[in-house]
Amino acid sequence: MASARADGGNTATFGRYGFHLDESAKASGIDFVHIEPTLDVKLEHIMTEVASMGAAVSVVDFDRDGWQDIYVTNSREGSHNALYRNLGNGKFRDVAAEVGLADVNQPGTGVSTGAVWGDYDNDGFEDVLIYKWGKPELFHNDGGKHFTRVTEQACLPNWVNADTAIWFDYDNDGKLDLFLGGYYPENLDLWHLKTTKIMPNSFEYASNGGRKYLFHNLGGGRFEEVSHQLGIDSRRWALAAVAADFRGTGYPDLFIANDYGVSEFFINEGGKRFREVGKEAGVGYAPKSGMNASVGDILNQGRFAIYVSNISEDSVLVQGNNLWMPKDGAPTATGAFVNIANEMGVEMGGWSFGAQFGDLNNDGFLDLYLSNGFLSLDRDRSYWYDYSKIAGGNEAIISDAANWPPLKGRSLSGYQKKHVWVNDGVGEFTDVAQSVGVTDLYDGRSVAMADFGNRGVLDVVVANQKGPLLLYKNTVDPSNHWIEFELEGQRSNRSAIGAQVRLFWNGAQQLQEVSGGSGFCAQNDRRLHFGLGKASAADRVEIRWPSGQKQTIQAPELDRLHKIKEPI
Amino acid sequence: MPDSASAAVKSVPIAPKQPSAAARFLSVDNRYLPPILITCILLVSQLSYGVLESFSRTALAIATAMLFECVLGRVVYGKIPNLASAYITGISVGILLRSPAFWPYALCSAIAITSKYVIRWRGRHLWNPSNFAISAMLLLAPEFVSTLMIQWGNNIWPMLVVWMLGVVIVYRVKRLHITMTYVLSFIALSALRSMITGHAFLAEVAPITGPMYQLFIFFMITDPKTTVKPRWAQCLVVFLVAVAEMILRLAQNVHAPYYALTIVGPAAMAIEIARSPRKPAKA
Repeated sequence: MASARADGGNTATFGRYGFHLDESAKASGIDFVHIEPTLDVKLEHIMTEVASMGAAVSVVDFDRDGWQDIYVTNSREGSHNALYRNLGNGKFRDVAAEVGLADVNQPGTGVSTGAVWGDYDNDGFEDVLIYKWGKPELFHNDGGKHFTRVTEQACLPNWVNADTAIWFDYDNDGKLDLFLGGYYPENLDLWHLKTTKIMPNSFEYASNGGRKYLFHNLGGGRFEEVSHQLGIDSRRWALAAVAADFRGTGYPDLFIANDYGVSEFFINEGGKRFREVGKEAGVGYAPKSGMNASVGDILNQGRFAIYVSNISEDSVLVQGNNLWMPKDGAPTATGAFVNIANEMGVEMGGWSFGAQFGDLNNDGFLDLYLSNGFLSLDRDRSYWYDYSKIAGGNEAIISDAANWPPLKGRSLSGYQKKHVWVNDGVGEFTDVAQSVGVTDLYDGRSVAMADFGNRGVLDVVVANQKGPLLLYKNTVDPSNHWIEFELEGQRSNRSAIGAQVRLFWNGAQQLQEVSGGSGFCAQNDRRLHFGLGKASAADRVEIRWPSGQKQTIQAPELDRLHKIKEPI
Repeated sequence: MPDSASAAVKSVPIAPKQPSAAARFLSVDNRYLPPILITCILLVSQLSYGVLESFSRTALAIATAMLFECVLGRVVYGKIPNLASAYITGISVGILLRSPAFWPYALCSAIAITSKYVIRWRGRHLWNPSNFAISAMLLLAPEFVSTLMIQWGNNIWPMLVVWMLGVVIVYRVKRLHITMTYVLSFIALSALRSMITGHAFLAEVAPITGPMYQLFIFFMITDPKTTVKPRWAQCLVVFLVAVAEMILRLAQNVHAPYYALTIVGPAAMAIEIARSPRKPAKA
């Protein structure tokens, strides 16, 4: 075991949990602070509550230098987003302005709420969609040197108040498609409101949110919007989406966590059509305030659980987060899930936002990082009473912002302690956040994990609303082994989004899938990271490419990154 | 929720002649009317909007309430009482209590029924069982429970359905004046709160448009076993509940209606019991 001196951590903590997280943004050259937008003056009395999202982070190796970079969004009109290029020496440098990805929040175009990366034209470099409360923008990556705006060519809509987007190849045709989820209706310019009737028409059954878009990649940089014809019709208030093959069909299904309502589960019927089966699958039954959708094989059973974050405030609104575990023998037709968040100990997370699974201590089991906290303003005065007052009102009352009591600088579930849950692998997660160094109280929103140092450990980056971007550098017990895979599609989309990797070792297995966006407005390192504990060898790794092609590699070497191209 | 069944049955006149089938249908024994109607409310709201945390949690609340009623009735009075009251208590706990866990539903029902048998004065219980139990849960286990505060759906129809059914119930059991006094008091005091806080009147009146209040005004504050007897006193007490609630609301208490009834209801009952002559002890 490494000593405390060598690892810069606390010896007792390091020994007990096998890792320690040190916030090192400033030391790494990251000095980003998110700024909220100023919306229409009609919303002034609840401005901070309405403008409470927009801090987002995504991870990408945009220049293919082998080091993972960080893109982070800002939300003040005229503010700049940042692209922190990983210099490979523990330092980052903001190059957003140099490559053309900084000045994307010009007044009149809306402001950023997130970004997702995917190589939509299969040229080997990750392109980026910046979604906004405003005009979504698609930028083509020109060889890692510069980005060219291609929004019009791609036929994206003029205005979407979006809070989620993901890349995925829903029809496995080798070209990445794009899902974009609206929160506020798309006909609202939040800076120039004609009405104050813009709020949800119910706290848990709202149906007046933004529409959903599914852009089918036609090739040549053009996209066709096909959501309606493929069966995705929803006006719920989407905050998070994730795609994965939950049912073993070879096609990615789509899970959407909605604020003010139930989650939706769109099963993919052979890449031809989607069908919403949330109720049948068990995930669309109890309405809550879904704000996150992340996926992980938490029990090493070769199947994905889905983590949805919600709101829990003592005695006022105790929704509890959901950990949707596939049922044994679940029907392939719809899938079937059961919520085991309570049993696993990951239910209560305050006003929860972004979360990600990742093996933080390389012990062979996926851990869970959850950020939280909604509005940290006056510590001594709470908005909860007034919030609950309006939340119970009839739609004619709740949907009109003019009826909402003024915030007046009060907090709403602010200054909350974060959660880092360590998975014991046999059915229980233990919160170790305070012990391993995660002690910030910012209003966390977006969480992403990546091996920034190419050291075989997952670091954590967190975007905070009206707060700094945090980089938690991880130090892990070096006696635990690991293995990483970087996939590149050839027949499949080149980003390999949707590729499944199943690693077998010591009689165990773990399934992971390359993702085009997960959590809350976030995207992890596209490389897949597996911790292996004390295992001295892995038996084999099985890869199922989106094209359907299967590949097996026997006894892959441990403690290294494997770069694998899809066989032609 | 109410114990209205046993009290209400006394008010049903004996029919002088054989009624028609329709009349028989409309004259369902009052003892069973509240449980039938609250079941209808539960099913309609659940099947249309899925208002419950889950059927299983509500079933647990009902089963626990009925089990405790059976056991305590047998132990204390030597017989198993009519279970209509316990059934309503269980349903109300199942609807009004919100928790992702199961045990709060069982515990809340257990507290509700036990309170009827334990917290008594001169043979009468003071607190509405479900009101007392929910208030206790909010105080004892705030990290695990909350109460229903959101709308059922996003339109006015569920509320109208509850209103229609609720009016039938309270009219049949001759307690509509209690409900109406409270509603008018709440609206008037909302206007007063609006003047004090500067918030929109609609914001202040918003809570009473929610489903929780429909159950509160039709089932909880009208409970015959825990309301005073004179008609004028019933109106006065429920007005005072509304005043206490206003004071709690001005203090930004999220659970103002529950606590207001918990405070005012037993106080009124205690005054009435204290003022009433003691019954001579049975030989």
